[in-house]
Amino acid sequence: MSTIQSRFRIQYKQFELDTQLEFPDEGVTVIFGRSGSGKTTLLRCLAGLERSPTGYMKFGDHVWQDATHNTFVPVHHRPIGMVFQEARLFPHLTVRDNLNYGYRRIAPEHRKITFDQVTDLMDLHPLLDRRPQKLSGGEQQRVAIGRALLTNPQLLLMDEPLANLDAQRKQDILPFLTRLRQEMKLPIVYVTHSLSEVLQLVDTLVLMQEGKSVATGPANEVLSRLDLAGKTGPSSVGSVLTTTIAEHEAEFGLTRVQYRDQSLYIPEQPLAVGSSLRVHLLAQDISIALGKPVTPTSVLNTLPATILEIGPTDAQGSSVNLKLDVGEPILATITRKSLAHLKLKPGMQVYANVKAVKMVHEIEEY
Amino acid sequence: MDWQPIWITLKLAATTVGVLLLIGTPVAWWLAHTPSRARVWVEAVVALPLVLPPTVLGFYLLIALGANGVVGGPFQSITGSSLAFSFTGLVIASTLYSFPFVVQPLQGAFEASGKTYLEAAWSLRASKWDAFLSVASPMAVRGYLTAIVLGFAHTLGEFGVVLMVGGNIPGKTKVMSIAIYDHVEALEYSQAHLLSGGLLLFSFAVLLMVYAFNRRLPVHVS
Repeated sequence: MSTIQSRFRIQYKQFELDTQLEFPDEGVTVIFGRSGSGKTTLLRCLAGLERSPTGYMKFGDHVWQDATHNTFVPVHHRPIGMVFQEARLFPHLTVRDNLNYGYRRIAPEHRKITFDQVTDLMDLHPLLDRRPQKLSGGEQQRVAIGRALLTNPQLLLMDEPLANLDAQRKQDILPFLTRLRQEMKLPIVYVTHSLSEVLQLVDTLVLMQEGKSVATGPANEVLSRLDLAGKTGPSSVGSVLTTTIAEHEAEFGLTRVQYRDQSLYIPEQPLAVGSSLRVHLLAQDISIALGKPVTPTSVLNTLPATILEIGPTDAQGSSVNLKLDVGEPILATITRKSLAHLKLKPGMQVYANVKAVKMVHEIEEY
Repeated sequence: MDWQPIWITLKLAATTVGVLLLIGTPVAWWLAHTPSRARVWVEAVVALPLVLPPTVLGFYLLIALGANGVVGGPFQSITGSSLAFSFTGLVIASTLYSFPFVVQPLQGAFEASGKTYLEAAWSLRASKWDAFLSVASPMAVRGYLTAIVLGFAHTLGEFGVVLMVGGNIPGKTKVMSIAIYDHVEALEYSQAHLLSGGLLLFSFAVLLMVYAFNRRLPVHVS
């Protein structure tokens, strides 16, 4: 499998970016971190909009930057599509001309993704003859994504493309991003401070903190690492499970999803049986029992689990995070008192009670 | 009616604006985008003609452009003709004198559109030159319009500098403002009225057209 390799170091007045990364050049790679962690700067380095004096970057077999050989491919010669936080549509051009701006500038033999395909995919037909200023924020961002796609990029870079949109607009755009991931075999690097936004998309996760990339890997692996639990932010401490819709129980308003040989009940989803759905299990929503409950309980979702690791005590000293194996690694937050009371040790077989399974749109931002 | 001063004035203003756009655009672009500390120094120099009495500028220009001046000397030895008291000399003087009136609106326009749209253009395969022509320039169209009108009008209206540098040579360097002065001196009020009134109406008509046109331009950069 080919990869994107990079090494950037830039010193600014207040801040230093110092990263070394390698991630697959396929699927969706999310660069995640709080504001000021350097994730946008990292993306701009990948695009060639910032130039690290000692930097190195290789996309598949192509070296885009190598300071030791004085190689630096300028932005306009890189086969990238870039979507900025603000749509940056050219105000003097109509939507149609904005879309065509990059399309006209690529060689005709590279025009595999066509104007009609993109306008269909992003549902842009009604907007074509309008001026960017007359569009809503969500519409502008759809045009910006379409404009980037029309350059037929080999790599799509997105810098918090949903950050300036309200919750409803985000919900309007997300299906387009999901379609993009499914229909175009295009690697995407996506910068965000909100994991929930990209939960359905993320394959690889890069965690940024104070200018450094502190973790890189498959999303669930990174998210369920105990040593990073505090760094992903309170509402993000948890794990992502990729599940398949097994059946709908309409009378109870529930949907049963499956992963491996386990089942979870979640609020009914408007998805066909067999389609895939990612769910987020927050560490705070998972409690531990030593045995399967003998008396009836209201908890629907109980998973057999093995304790893998016990993390350090949190800052207040009252709770700890556990890493459990329920077929996939997940995190659970329990009190230190419970830990002592239940005499929990790594390797023990326990049951994880899942009090809630979050969908993308239910997760609060932090 | 002597049409020559009118013709010379229009020719001078048009030439000056052309030269100003050629020189002023790169200077304004540099000022709008450079992180260099030299910027404030250049900005101060560009703005000098706004505060200096035209006679001061004219005096130094006369010395520089004269047969023994730093510019006029070499010019004379190469071309055999003098820069001072010539139309070329007038163009040089007017260009310097009207420089801020062209550079400042352009710089403002380039700053308003900023680097963000350029970055978008580069990421869409446009080279720096292409992005300047296809994005930055059309977005700065109001700035260009203002620069052209101010540069033209300011050249029409100058008096002190042209008198110092150009002298008052009929058919060569005698522009309208000087012709009006001559008529008043000679108590030829009817001719002075004709020229003054004409200049007044012309200037007003141009400004009116520009403002009306400006309102209708589609580009609003916020």
